[in-house]
Amino acid sequence: MATTKTLPQRIVHDWLPVTVVLLVVVLAWYGAAWALNAPGAIERVLDEEAGYTQRELFEATMTMERPLMPAPHQVAMDFYESLTEWPVDSPRNLIYHVIVTGQSTLLGFVLGTALGLLLSVLIVHSRTLDKALLPWIVASQTVPVLAIAPIVLVVLGSLGFSGTAPKAFIAMYLCFFPVTVAMVQGLRSPQKIETEMMHTYAASRWQSLWLLRLPAALPFLFPALRVGVAAGLVGAMVAELPTGAQAGLGARLLTGSYYGQTTQIWSALVMSALLGLALTGMVAVVERLVLRSRGGV
Amino acid sequence: MNHSEALNGQLAPPSAGTPARKAVEVRNASVVYQTADTPVHALSDICLDFHEGEFVSLIGPSGCGKTTLMRVIADLEHISAGEVLVNGVSPHDARLARAYGYVFQAPALFPWRNVLANVTLPLQIQGKGKADAKRIAMEHLERVGLKGFEGKYPWQLSGGMQQRVSIARALSFEPKILMMDEPFGALDEITRDRLNEQLQQLWQRERRTVVFVTHSIAEAVYLSTKIVVMSPRPGRIVKVIDSPLPDARHLGLRDTPEFMALAHEVREALADGHH
Repeated sequence: MATTKTLPQRIVHDWLPVTVVLLVVVLAWYGAAWALNAPGAIERVLDEEAGYTQRELFEATMTMERPLMPAPHQVAMDFYESLTEWPVDSPRNLIYHVIVTGQSTLLGFVLGTALGLLLSVLIVHSRTLDKALLPWIVASQTVPVLAIAPIVLVVLGSLGFSGTAPKAFIAMYLCFFPVTVAMVQGLRSPQKIETEMMHTYAASRWQSLWLLRLPAALPFLFPALRVGVAAGLVGAMVAELPTGAQAGLGARLLTGSYYGQTTQIWSALVMSALLGLALTGMVAVVERLVLRSRGGV
Repeated sequence: MNHSEALNGQLAPPSAGTPARKAVEVRNASVVYQTADTPVHALSDICLDFHEGEFVSLIGPSGCGKTTLMRVIADLEHISAGEVLVNGVSPHDARLARAYGYVFQAPALFPWRNVLANVTLPLQIQGKGKADAKRIAMEHLERVGLKGFEGKYPWQLSGGMQQRVSIARALSFEPKILMMDEPFGALDEITRDRLNEQLQQLWQRERRTVVFVTHSIAEAVYLSTKIVVMSPRPGRIVKVIDSPLPDARHLGLRDTPEFMALAHEVREALADGHH
Protein backbone atom coordinates (compact mmCIF):
# COMPACT_ATOMS: atom_id res chain seq x y z
CA MET A 1 0.00 0.00 0.00
CA ALA A 2 1.47 3.30 -1.04
CA THR A 3 0.62 6.03 1.39
CA THR A 4 1.39 9.60 0.50
CA LYS A 5 3.91 11.18 2.82
CA THR A 6 4.93 14.76 3.13
CA LEU A 7 8.42 15.66 2.00
CA PRO A 8 9.93 16.05 5.51
CA GLN A 9 8.36 12.75 6.54
CA ARG A 10 9.86 11.10 3.48
CA ILE A 11 13.28 12.50 4.18
CA VAL A 12 13.17 11.26 7.77
CA HIS A 13 11.75 7.90 6.75
CA ASP A 14 13.94 7.15 3.74
CA TRP A 15 17.18 8.96 4.44
CA LEU A 16 17.62 9.25 8.19
CA PRO A 17 18.70 5.64 8.87
CA VAL A 18 21.27 5.55 6.09
CA THR A 19 22.57 9.00 7.04
CA VAL A 20 23.06 7.97 10.66
CA VAL A 21 25.06 4.94 9.57
CA LEU A 22 27.15 7.10 7.23
CA LEU A 23 27.84 9.51 10.08
CA VAL A 24 28.93 6.70 12.39
CA VAL A 25 31.21 5.29 9.67
CA VAL A 26 32.81 8.68 9.01
CA LEU A 27 33.38 9.28 12.72
CA ALA A 28 34.90 5.83 13.16
CA TRP A 29 37.05 6.50 10.11
CA TYR A 30 38.37 9.74 11.61
CA GLY A 31 39.05 7.92 14.86
CA ALA A 32 40.92 5.17 13.06
CA ALA A 33 42.90 7.69 10.99
CA TRP A 34 43.93 9.50 14.14
CA ALA A 35 44.95 6.30 15.97
CA LEU A 36 46.78 4.73 13.04
CA ASN A 37 48.56 7.85 11.83
CA ALA A 38 49.66 9.09 15.24
CA PRO A 39 52.93 7.04 15.47
CA GLY A 40 53.97 8.09 11.95
CA ALA A 41 53.05 11.69 12.60
CA ILE A 42 55.07 11.77 15.81
CA GLU A 43 58.05 10.26 14.02
CA ARG A 44 57.97 12.17 10.76
CA VAL A 45 56.05 15.40 11.20
CA LEU A 46 56.26 16.58 14.79
CA ASP A 47 59.36 17.60 16.62
CA GLU A 48 59.37 15.28 19.61
CA GLU A 49 62.05 17.17 21.51
CA ALA A 50 60.34 20.50 21.20
CA GLY A 51 57.12 18.88 22.41
CA TYR A 52 53.66 19.13 20.89
CA THR A 53 50.09 19.52 22.05
CA GLN A 54 47.39 16.93 21.47
CA ARG A 55 45.78 19.41 19.11
CA GLU A 56 48.92 19.63 17.00
CA LEU A 57 49.13 15.84 16.94
CA PHE A 58 45.52 15.55 15.77
CA GLU A 59 46.01 18.12 13.03
CA ALA A 60 49.16 16.34 11.87
CA THR A 61 47.39 12.98 11.61
CA MET A 62 44.70 14.54 9.45
CA THR A 63 46.99 16.23 6.94
CA MET A 64 49.87 13.83 6.33
CA GLU A 65 51.31 13.43 2.85
CA ARG A 66 51.25 9.63 2.74
CA PRO A 67 49.21 8.60 5.76
CA LEU A 68 48.76 4.99 6.78
CA MET A 69 45.07 5.75 6.80
CA PRO A 70 43.94 8.87 4.96
CA ALA A 71 41.15 10.82 6.63
CA PRO A 72 37.77 11.02 4.86
CA HIS A 73 38.25 14.65 3.80
CA GLN A 74 41.63 13.81 2.23
CA VAL A 75 40.03 11.02 0.20
CA ALA A 76 37.16 13.29 -0.74
CA MET A 77 39.59 15.99 -1.90
CA ASP A 78 41.65 13.53 -3.94
CA PHE A 79 38.45 12.10 -5.42
CA TYR A 80 37.14 15.54 -6.32
CA GLU A 81 40.42 16.76 -7.79
CA SER A 82 40.78 13.63 -9.91
CA LEU A 83 37.35 14.25 -11.41
CA THR A 84 37.68 17.99 -11.93
CA GLU A 85 41.32 18.73 -12.66
CA TRP A 86 41.96 16.14 -15.37
CA PRO A 87 40.24 15.40 -18.66
CA VAL A 88 38.11 12.23 -18.81
CA ASP A 89 40.63 10.49 -21.10
CA SER A 90 43.48 11.04 -18.64
CA PRO A 91 44.58 8.12 -16.45
CA ARG A 92 44.58 10.62 -13.60
CA ASN A 93 40.82 10.89 -13.85
CA LEU A 94 38.89 8.16 -12.02
CA ILE A 95 36.09 8.28 -14.58
CA TYR A 96 38.56 7.02 -17.17
CA HIS A 97 39.17 3.93 -15.03
CA VAL A 98 35.47 3.52 -14.28
CA ILE A 99 34.73 3.38 -18.01
CA VAL A 100 37.48 0.81 -18.60
CA THR A 101 36.44 -1.44 -15.70
CA GLY A 102 32.72 -0.87 -16.22
CA GLN A 103 32.99 -1.96 -19.86
CA SER A 104 34.59 -5.30 -19.09
CA THR A 105 32.26 -5.83 -16.13
CA LEU A 106 29.15 -5.22 -18.22
CA LEU A 107 30.36 -7.35 -21.11
CA GLY A 108 31.27 -10.15 -18.70
CA PHE A 109 27.95 -9.75 -16.92
CA VAL A 110 25.95 -10.07 -20.14
CA LEU A 111 28.00 -13.08 -21.29
CA GLY A 112 27.86 -14.68 -17.83
CA THR A 113 24.10 -14.20 -17.58
CA ALA A 114 23.61 -15.72 -21.03
CA LEU A 115 25.87 -18.65 -20.14
CA GLY A 116 24.08 -19.12 -16.81
CA LEU A 117 20.66 -19.11 -18.49
CA LEU A 118 21.81 -21.58 -21.12
CA LEU A 119 23.36 -23.93 -18.57
CA SER A 120 20.32 -23.80 -16.28
CA VAL A 121 17.92 -24.61 -19.14
CA LEU A 122 20.14 -27.54 -20.21
CA ILE A 123 20.42 -28.81 -16.64
CA VAL A 124 16.69 -28.61 -15.98
CA HIS A 125 15.82 -30.43 -19.19
CA SER A 126 18.33 -33.22 -19.03
CA ARG A 127 19.00 -35.47 -16.09
CA THR A 128 22.29 -36.49 -17.68
CA LEU A 129 23.50 -32.93 -18.04
CA ASP A 130 22.33 -32.22 -14.50
CA LYS A 131 24.61 -34.97 -13.24
CA ALA A 132 27.43 -34.17 -15.66
CA LEU A 133 27.56 -30.39 -15.38
CA LEU A 134 26.52 -29.35 -11.91
CA PRO A 135 29.55 -30.78 -10.04
CA TRP A 136 31.90 -29.04 -12.47
CA ILE A 137 30.03 -25.78 -12.16
CA VAL A 138 30.34 -25.88 -8.39
CA ALA A 139 33.97 -26.96 -8.58
CA SER A 140 34.77 -24.08 -10.94
CA GLN A 141 33.93 -21.63 -8.18
CA THR A 142 36.28 -23.23 -5.66
CA VAL A 143 39.26 -22.29 -7.84
CA PRO A 144 40.49 -18.91 -6.58
CA VAL A 145 39.92 -16.27 -9.23
CA LEU A 146 43.30 -14.79 -8.35
CA ALA A 147 44.91 -18.03 -9.52
CA ILE A 148 42.92 -18.42 -12.69
CA ALA A 149 43.06 -14.81 -13.85
CA PRO A 150 46.76 -14.76 -14.89
CA ILE A 151 46.37 -18.06 -16.77
CA VAL A 152 43.36 -16.76 -18.67
CA LEU A 153 45.13 -13.50 -19.44
CA VAL A 154 48.21 -15.30 -20.77
CA VAL A 155 46.24 -17.83 -22.82
CA LEU A 156 43.84 -15.29 -24.29
CA GLY A 157 46.72 -12.89 -24.82
CA SER A 158 48.59 -15.49 -26.88
CA LEU A 159 45.46 -15.92 -28.97
CA GLY A 160 45.46 -12.23 -29.68
CA PHE A 161 42.81 -11.15 -27.20
CA SER A 162 43.84 -8.34 -24.94
CA GLY A 163 42.23 -5.36 -23.26
CA THR A 164 38.55 -5.82 -22.53
CA ALA A 165 38.05 -9.42 -23.68
CA PRO A 166 40.16 -11.28 -21.08
CA LYS A 167 38.81 -9.12 -18.28
CA ALA A 168 35.25 -9.73 -19.44
CA PHE A 169 36.03 -13.43 -19.47
CA ILE A 170 37.02 -13.38 -15.80
CA ALA A 171 33.94 -11.32 -14.97
CA MET A 172 31.82 -13.86 -16.83
CA TYR A 173 33.51 -16.66 -14.91
CA LEU A 174 32.27 -15.17 -11.65
CA CYS A 175 28.88 -14.03 -13.02
CA PHE A 176 27.52 -17.21 -14.52
CA PHE A 177 27.58 -19.19 -11.29
CA PRO A 178 24.92 -17.40 -9.21
CA VAL A 179 22.74 -17.12 -12.32
CA THR A 180 23.02 -20.84 -13.07
CA VAL A 181 22.27 -21.94 -9.53
CA ALA A 182 19.35 -19.56 -9.06
CA MET A 183 17.83 -20.34 -12.44
CA VAL A 184 18.06 -24.11 -11.93
CA GLN A 185 16.07 -23.57 -8.75
CA GLY A 186 13.72 -21.09 -10.41
CA LEU A 187 13.03 -23.21 -13.48
CA ARG A 188 12.17 -26.08 -11.15
CA SER A 189 9.91 -23.90 -8.97
CA PRO A 190 6.59 -24.51 -10.80
CA GLN A 191 4.32 -26.80 -8.83
CA LYS A 192 3.24 -30.21 -10.07
CA ILE A 193 -0.28 -28.93 -10.67
CA GLU A 194 1.06 -26.21 -13.01
CA THR A 195 3.21 -28.57 -15.05
CA GLU A 196 0.32 -31.04 -15.26
CA MET A 197 -1.94 -28.28 -16.47
CA MET A 198 0.50 -27.49 -19.30
CA HIS A 199 0.52 -31.23 -20.00
CA THR A 200 -3.28 -31.28 -20.41
CA TYR A 201 -2.98 -28.46 -22.94
CA ALA A 202 -0.52 -30.65 -24.86
CA ALA A 203 2.06 -27.88 -24.57
CA SER A 204 5.50 -28.61 -26.01
CA ARG A 205 8.63 -28.52 -23.86
CA TRP A 206 9.55 -25.23 -25.42
CA GLN A 207 6.12 -23.77 -24.63
CA SER A 208 6.33 -25.03 -21.04
CA LEU A 209 9.71 -23.39 -20.73
CA TRP A 210 8.67 -20.11 -22.26
CA LEU A 211 5.19 -19.78 -20.76
CA LEU A 212 5.64 -21.40 -17.35
CA ARG A 213 9.21 -22.12 -16.27
CA LEU A 214 10.91 -18.91 -17.32
CA PRO A 215 8.28 -16.51 -15.93
CA ALA A 216 8.16 -18.55 -12.71
CA ALA A 217 11.96 -18.30 -12.46
CA LEU A 218 12.17 -14.51 -12.88
CA PRO A 219 11.89 -13.73 -9.14
CA PHE A 220 14.87 -16.09 -8.65
CA LEU A 221 16.86 -14.48 -11.46
CA PHE A 222 17.07 -10.89 -10.28
CA PRO A 223 18.71 -11.43 -6.88
CA ALA A 224 21.22 -13.64 -8.72
CA LEU A 225 21.85 -10.87 -11.24
CA ARG A 226 22.58 -8.42 -8.43
CA VAL A 227 25.06 -10.84 -6.89
CA GLY A 228 26.42 -11.62 -10.35
CA VAL A 229 27.09 -8.05 -11.40
CA ALA A 230 28.91 -7.33 -8.14
CA ALA A 231 30.95 -10.52 -8.50
CA GLY A 232 31.69 -9.55 -12.10
CA LEU A 233 33.10 -6.23 -10.96
CA VAL A 234 35.43 -8.01 -8.56
CA GLY A 235 36.44 -10.33 -11.41
CA ALA A 236 37.17 -7.47 -13.78
CA MET A 237 39.26 -5.65 -11.17
CA VAL A 238 41.20 -8.76 -10.22
CA ALA A 239 41.91 -9.32 -13.92
CA GLU A 240 43.46 -5.85 -14.06
CA LEU A 241 46.03 -6.70 -11.40
CA PRO A 242 48.37 -9.30 -12.94
CA THR A 243 48.94 -7.45 -16.20
CA GLY A 244 50.09 -4.42 -14.33
CA ALA A 245 47.45 -2.86 -16.49
CA GLN A 246 47.62 0.81 -17.13
CA ALA A 247 43.89 1.32 -17.03
CA GLY A 248 40.99 0.28 -14.84
CA LEU A 249 40.14 0.64 -11.17
CA GLY A 250 42.13 -2.50 -10.36
CA ALA A 251 45.18 -1.01 -12.05
CA ARG A 252 44.64 2.23 -10.18
CA LEU A 253 44.64 0.32 -6.89
CA LEU A 254 47.83 -1.44 -7.91
CA THR A 255 49.75 1.68 -8.93
CA GLY A 256 48.55 3.35 -5.75
CA SER A 257 50.10 0.60 -3.68
CA TYR A 258 53.33 0.57 -5.77
CA TYR A 259 53.97 4.20 -4.98
CA GLY A 260 52.54 4.24 -1.47
CA GLN A 261 49.79 6.60 -2.59
CA THR A 262 47.35 5.54 0.10
CA THR A 263 44.93 8.36 -0.63
CA GLN A 264 44.80 7.31 -4.28
CA ILE A 265 44.08 3.72 -3.25
CA TRP A 266 41.24 4.88 -1.07
CA SER A 267 39.63 7.05 -3.68
CA ALA A 268 39.85 4.19 -6.20
CA LEU A 269 38.24 2.00 -3.56
CA VAL A 270 35.44 4.47 -3.01
CA MET A 271 34.98 4.75 -6.76
CA SER A 272 34.75 0.97 -7.19
CA ALA A 273 32.18 0.83 -4.41
CA LEU A 274 30.16 3.53 -6.17
CA LEU A 275 30.48 1.64 -9.46
CA GLY A 276 29.26 -1.53 -7.73
CA LEU A 277 26.29 0.37 -6.29
CA ALA A 278 25.48 1.85 -9.68
CA LEU A 279 25.60 -1.55 -11.37
CA THR A 280 23.41 -3.29 -8.79
CA GLY A 281 21.12 -0.25 -8.84
CA MET A 282 20.81 -0.65 -12.59
CA VAL A 283 19.77 -4.29 -12.15
CA ALA A 284 17.28 -3.25 -9.46
CA VAL A 285 15.70 -0.72 -11.81
CA VAL A 286 15.31 -3.35 -14.53
CA GLU A 287 13.86 -5.72 -11.96
CA ARG A 288 11.32 -3.13 -10.87
CA LEU A 289 10.24 -2.38 -14.42
CA VAL A 290 9.91 -6.05 -15.33
CA LEU A 291 8.02 -7.00 -12.18
CA ARG A 292 5.73 -4.01 -12.46
CA SER A 293 4.84 -4.99 -16.01
CA ARG A 294 3.54 -8.29 -14.69
CA GLY A 295 1.47 -7.09 -11.78
CA GLY A 296 4.13 -6.88 -9.10
CA VAL A 297 5.00 -10.56 -8.80
CA MET B 1 -23.55 -8.52 -11.60
CA ASN B 2 -26.22 -11.14 -12.01
CA HIS B 3 -24.66 -14.38 -10.89
CA SER B 4 -27.53 -16.66 -11.76
CA GLU B 5 -27.26 -15.56 -15.38
CA ALA B 6 -23.52 -15.57 -15.34
CA LEU B 7 -22.81 -18.89 -16.99
CA ASN B 8 -25.10 -18.41 -19.98
CA GLY B 9 -23.70 -20.41 -22.81
CA GLN B 10 -24.00 -19.66 -26.47
CA LEU B 11 -24.07 -23.24 -27.70
CA ALA B 12 -27.39 -24.74 -28.69
CA PRO B 13 -28.32 -27.96 -26.86
CA PRO B 14 -27.85 -31.04 -29.06
CA SER B 15 -30.96 -32.32 -30.75
CA ALA B 16 -32.74 -34.87 -28.61
CA GLY B 17 -33.43 -38.38 -29.86
CA THR B 18 -30.13 -39.22 -31.54
CA PRO B 19 -28.36 -41.99 -29.62
CA ALA B 20 -25.51 -40.51 -27.62
CA ARG B 21 -22.01 -41.61 -28.55
CA LYS B 22 -19.59 -42.85 -25.98
CA ALA B 23 -17.28 -40.15 -24.68
CA VAL B 24 -15.28 -42.39 -22.35
CA GLU B 25 -14.96 -46.18 -22.31
CA VAL B 26 -13.12 -47.92 -19.52
CA ARG B 27 -12.59 -51.68 -19.87
CA ASN B 28 -11.16 -53.74 -17.00
CA ALA B 29 -8.78 -50.95 -16.12
CA SER B 30 -6.42 -51.40 -13.17
CA VAL B 31 -3.81 -49.13 -11.69
CA VAL B 32 -1.25 -50.72 -9.40
CA TYR B 33 1.47 -48.79 -7.59
CA GLN B 34 4.55 -50.67 -6.52
CA THR B 35 5.48 -49.71 -2.98
CA ALA B 36 8.30 -51.02 -0.82
CA ASP B 37 6.36 -53.88 0.77
CA THR B 38 3.13 -54.60 -1.11
CA PRO B 39 1.59 -53.42 -4.38
CA VAL B 40 -1.26 -50.92 -3.89
CA HIS B 41 -4.33 -51.38 -6.07
CA ALA B 42 -5.45 -47.80 -6.68
CA LEU B 43 -7.96 -49.03 -9.24
CA SER B 44 -9.06 -52.61 -9.63
CA ASP B 45 -10.83 -53.91 -12.72
CA ILE B 46 -12.91 -50.82 -13.51
CA CYS B 47 -15.55 -50.99 -16.26
CA LEU B 48 -17.44 -47.80 -17.14
CA ASP B 49 -19.07 -45.99 -20.06
CA PHE B 50 -19.76 -42.27 -20.19
CA HIS B 51 -21.94 -40.99 -23.00
CA GLU B 52 -21.67 -37.64 -24.64
CA GLY B 53 -23.62 -34.97 -22.83
CA GLU B 54 -23.66 -36.80 -19.51
CA PHE B 55 -22.72 -35.13 -16.26
CA VAL B 56 -20.91 -37.90 -14.39
CA SER B 57 -19.85 -37.60 -10.76
CA LEU B 58 -17.27 -39.89 -9.24
CA ILE B 59 -17.90 -40.02 -5.50
CA GLY B 60 -16.29 -41.95 -2.68
CA PRO B 61 -14.07 -41.63 0.38
CA SER B 62 -10.39 -40.70 0.19
CA GLY B 63 -8.29 -43.39 -1.42
CA CYS B 64 -11.12 -44.87 -3.49
CA GLY B 65 -9.35 -43.97 -6.70
CA LYS B 66 -11.84 -41.42 -8.01
CA THR B 67 -9.13 -38.88 -8.77
CA THR B 68 -6.86 -41.62 -10.13
CA LEU B 69 -9.63 -42.74 -12.48
CA MET B 70 -10.05 -39.22 -13.80
CA ARG B 71 -6.30 -38.76 -14.13
CA VAL B 72 -6.15 -41.97 -16.14
CA ILE B 73 -8.83 -40.65 -18.48
CA ALA B 74 -6.89 -37.37 -18.75
CA ASP B 75 -3.59 -39.13 -19.52
CA LEU B 76 -2.02 -37.80 -16.33
CA GLU B 77 -1.55 -41.35 -15.12
CA HIS B 78 -1.13 -44.70 -16.86
CA ILE B 79 -3.11 -47.89 -16.39
CA SER B 80 -1.35 -51.10 -15.47
CA ALA B 81 -3.90 -53.29 -17.25
CA GLY B 82 -7.09 -52.97 -19.30
CA GLU B 83 -8.12 -50.37 -21.83
CA VAL B 84 -9.31 -46.76 -21.72
CA LEU B 85 -10.74 -44.91 -24.72
CA VAL B 86 -11.60 -41.22 -24.84
CA ASN B 87 -13.68 -40.21 -27.85
CA GLY B 88 -12.70 -43.57 -29.31
CA VAL B 89 -8.94 -43.03 -29.07
CA SER B 90 -6.34 -43.55 -26.35
CA PRO B 91 -6.13 -40.95 -23.58
CA HIS B 92 -2.75 -39.89 -24.96
CA ASP B 93 -4.14 -39.19 -28.43
CA ALA B 94 -7.21 -37.54 -26.94
CA ARG B 95 -4.99 -35.23 -24.92
CA LEU B 96 -2.94 -34.30 -27.96
CA ALA B 97 -6.21 -33.64 -29.81
CA ARG B 98 -7.19 -31.31 -26.94
CA ALA B 99 -10.30 -33.35 -26.21
CA TYR B 100 -10.74 -32.20 -22.66
CA GLY B 101 -10.32 -29.26 -20.34
CA TYR B 102 -9.17 -30.07 -16.83
CA VAL B 103 -10.06 -28.04 -13.74
CA PHE B 104 -7.78 -28.86 -10.83
CA GLN B 105 -8.48 -28.69 -7.10
CA ALA B 106 -6.60 -25.41 -6.93
CA PRO B 107 -7.15 -22.66 -9.52
CA ALA B 108 -3.47 -22.86 -10.60
CA LEU B 109 -3.58 -19.41 -12.18
CA PHE B 110 -0.21 -17.96 -13.16
CA PRO B 111 0.35 -15.02 -10.78
CA TRP B 112 2.34 -13.10 -13.42
CA ARG B 113 -0.55 -13.15 -15.87
CA ASN B 114 -3.71 -11.15 -15.45
CA VAL B 115 -7.12 -12.81 -15.67
CA LEU B 116 -7.41 -12.35 -19.42
CA ALA B 117 -3.91 -13.66 -20.09
CA ASN B 118 -4.59 -16.67 -17.87
CA VAL B 119 -7.68 -17.56 -19.87
CA THR B 120 -5.89 -17.10 -23.21
CA LEU B 121 -3.03 -19.38 -22.12
CA PRO B 122 -4.38 -22.60 -23.70
CA LEU B 123 -5.34 -20.67 -26.84
CA GLN B 124 -1.84 -19.22 -27.03
CA ILE B 125 -0.40 -22.74 -26.74
CA GLN B 126 -2.67 -23.87 -29.55
CA GLY B 127 -1.36 -21.09 -31.73
CA LYS B 128 -4.49 -18.92 -31.89
CA GLY B 129 -3.94 -15.33 -32.98
CA LYS B 130 -3.82 -12.69 -30.29
CA ALA B 131 -7.01 -10.91 -31.29
CA ASP B 132 -8.97 -14.15 -31.68
CA ALA B 133 -7.71 -15.47 -28.36
CA LYS B 134 -8.71 -12.25 -26.63
CA ARG B 135 -12.19 -12.26 -28.13
CA ILE B 136 -12.78 -15.89 -27.16
CA ALA B 137 -11.40 -15.39 -23.65
CA MET B 138 -13.60 -12.35 -23.07
CA GLU B 139 -16.60 -14.38 -24.14
CA HIS B 140 -15.78 -17.14 -21.68
CA LEU B 141 -15.07 -14.69 -18.88
CA GLU B 142 -18.50 -13.22 -19.46
CA ARG B 143 -20.03 -16.68 -19.28
CA VAL B 144 -18.55 -17.27 -15.82
CA GLY B 145 -19.64 -13.80 -14.70
CA LEU B 146 -16.24 -12.18 -14.63
CA LYS B 147 -16.73 -9.50 -17.24
CA GLY B 148 -14.80 -6.43 -16.10
CA PHE B 149 -12.23 -8.46 -14.17
CA GLU B 150 -10.03 -9.29 -17.16
CA GLY B 151 -7.34 -6.77 -16.16
CA LYS B 152 -7.08 -7.95 -12.55
CA TYR B 153 -4.33 -10.20 -11.27
CA PRO B 154 -5.16 -13.49 -9.52
CA TRP B 155 -4.22 -12.21 -6.08
CA GLN B 156 -6.85 -9.50 -6.44
CA LEU B 157 -9.64 -12.08 -6.74
CA SER B 158 -11.45 -14.22 -4.16
CA GLY B 159 -11.01 -17.99 -4.16
CA GLY B 160 -14.37 -18.51 -5.85
CA MET B 161 -13.55 -16.02 -8.59
CA GLN B 162 -10.16 -17.61 -9.15
CA GLN B 163 -11.78 -21.00 -9.64
CA ARG B 164 -14.26 -19.46 -12.08
CA VAL B 165 -11.31 -18.08 -14.05
CA SER B 166 -9.83 -21.56 -14.15
CA ILE B 167 -13.15 -22.92 -15.45
CA ALA B 168 -13.21 -20.26 -18.16
CA ARG B 169 -9.63 -21.23 -19.02
CA ALA B 170 -10.52 -24.93 -19.24
CA LEU B 171 -13.47 -24.14 -21.52
CA SER B 172 -11.74 -21.52 -23.64
CA PHE B 173 -10.73 -23.95 -26.38
CA GLU B 174 -14.16 -25.62 -26.39
CA PRO B 175 -13.05 -29.09 -25.39
CA LYS B 176 -15.59 -31.88 -25.80
CA ILE B 177 -15.12 -33.05 -22.23
CA LEU B 178 -14.77 -31.01 -19.05
CA MET B 179 -13.00 -32.76 -16.20
CA MET B 180 -13.20 -31.30 -12.72
CA ASP B 181 -11.28 -32.65 -9.75
CA GLU B 182 -13.03 -31.43 -6.58
CA PRO B 183 -13.02 -27.95 -8.08
CA PHE B 184 -14.96 -26.34 -5.24
CA GLY B 185 -13.45 -28.36 -2.39
CA ALA B 186 -11.47 -25.46 -0.99
CA LEU B 187 -14.35 -22.95 -1.06
CA ASP B 188 -16.87 -22.04 1.60
CA GLU B 189 -20.31 -23.58 1.37
CA ILE B 190 -22.13 -20.45 0.23
CA THR B 191 -19.72 -19.84 -2.63
CA ARG B 192 -19.79 -23.52 -3.41
CA ASP B 193 -23.60 -23.58 -3.70
CA ARG B 194 -23.56 -20.61 -6.02
CA LEU B 195 -20.87 -22.11 -8.24
CA ASN B 196 -22.72 -25.43 -8.31
CA GLU B 197 -25.80 -23.63 -9.53
CA GLN B 198 -23.80 -21.81 -12.20
CA LEU B 199 -22.10 -25.02 -13.28
CA GLN B 200 -25.50 -26.70 -13.55
CA GLN B 201 -26.76 -23.90 -15.78
CA LEU B 202 -23.62 -24.02 -17.88
CA TRP B 203 -24.10 -27.74 -18.43
CA GLN B 204 -27.80 -27.14 -19.17
CA ARG B 205 -26.93 -24.74 -21.98
CA GLU B 206 -24.04 -26.61 -23.53
CA ARG B 207 -24.64 -30.26 -22.64
CA ARG B 208 -20.94 -30.82 -22.66
CA THR B 209 -19.72 -34.10 -21.18
CA VAL B 210 -18.58 -33.42 -17.62
CA VAL B 211 -16.60 -35.74 -15.37
CA PHE B 212 -16.73 -34.42 -11.83
CA VAL B 213 -14.87 -35.75 -8.80
CA THR B 214 -16.32 -34.93 -5.40
CA HIS B 215 -16.74 -36.28 -1.91
CA SER B 216 -19.94 -34.33 -1.30
CA ILE B 217 -23.14 -36.33 -1.70
CA ALA B 218 -25.28 -33.20 -2.08
CA GLU B 219 -23.00 -31.86 -4.81
CA ALA B 220 -23.00 -35.15 -6.72
CA VAL B 221 -26.77 -35.57 -6.53
CA TYR B 222 -27.51 -31.98 -7.42
CA LEU B 223 -25.23 -31.85 -10.46
CA SER B 224 -25.11 -35.30 -12.01
CA THR B 225 -27.07 -37.34 -14.50
CA LYS B 226 -24.94 -40.32 -13.52
CA ILE B 227 -23.33 -40.99 -10.14
CA VAL B 228 -20.49 -43.47 -9.85
CA VAL B 229 -20.03 -44.57 -6.23
CA MET B 230 -16.53 -45.85 -5.49
CA SER B 231 -14.86 -47.59 -2.58
CA PRO B 232 -11.25 -47.96 -1.44
CA ARG B 233 -8.78 -50.85 -0.92
CA PRO B 234 -8.83 -51.80 -3.70
CA GLY B 235 -10.28 -48.81 -5.60
CA ARG B 236 -13.45 -50.16 -7.24
CA ILE B 237 -16.95 -49.20 -8.34
CA VAL B 238 -19.70 -50.05 -5.88
CA LYS B 239 -22.67 -48.77 -7.82
CA VAL B 240 -23.56 -46.69 -10.86
CA ILE B 241 -26.75 -44.70 -10.36
CA ASP B 242 -28.55 -43.01 -13.24
CA SER B 243 -30.25 -39.97 -11.77
CA PRO B 244 -34.04 -39.91 -12.01
CA LEU B 245 -34.05 -36.17 -11.38
CA PRO B 246 -35.17 -33.81 -14.14
CA ASP B 247 -32.37 -32.19 -16.18
CA ALA B 248 -33.37 -28.65 -15.27
CA ARG B 249 -32.42 -28.07 -11.67
CA HIS B 250 -32.37 -25.34 -9.09
CA LEU B 251 -31.09 -25.28 -5.53
CA GLY B 252 -34.63 -25.69 -4.16
CA LEU B 253 -34.61 -29.19 -5.62
CA ARG B 254 -32.45 -30.25 -2.73
CA ASP B 255 -35.44 -30.16 -0.35
CA THR B 256 -37.65 -32.43 -2.47
CA PRO B 257 -38.31 -36.09 -1.55
CA GLU B 258 -36.81 -37.28 -4.90
CA PHE B 259 -33.54 -35.52 -4.15
CA MET B 260 -33.40 -36.93 -0.63
CA ALA B 261 -34.22 -40.43 -1.81
CA LEU B 262 -31.37 -40.28 -4.32
CA ALA B 263 -28.98 -38.86 -1.71
CA HIS B 264 -30.03 -41.70 0.57
CA GLU B 265 -29.30 -44.24 -2.18
CA VAL B 266 -25.82 -42.78 -2.66
CA ARG B 267 -25.19 -42.80 1.08
CA GLU B 268 -26.27 -46.43 1.32
CA ALA B 269 -23.99 -47.37 -1.56
CA LEU B 270 -21.07 -45.56 0.12
CA ALA B 271 -21.80 -47.43 3.36
CA ASP B 272 -22.01 -50.75 1.47
CA GLY B 273 -18.59 -50.08 0.01
CA HIS B 274 -17.13 -49.96 3.47
CA HIS B 275 -18.26 -53.48 4.42
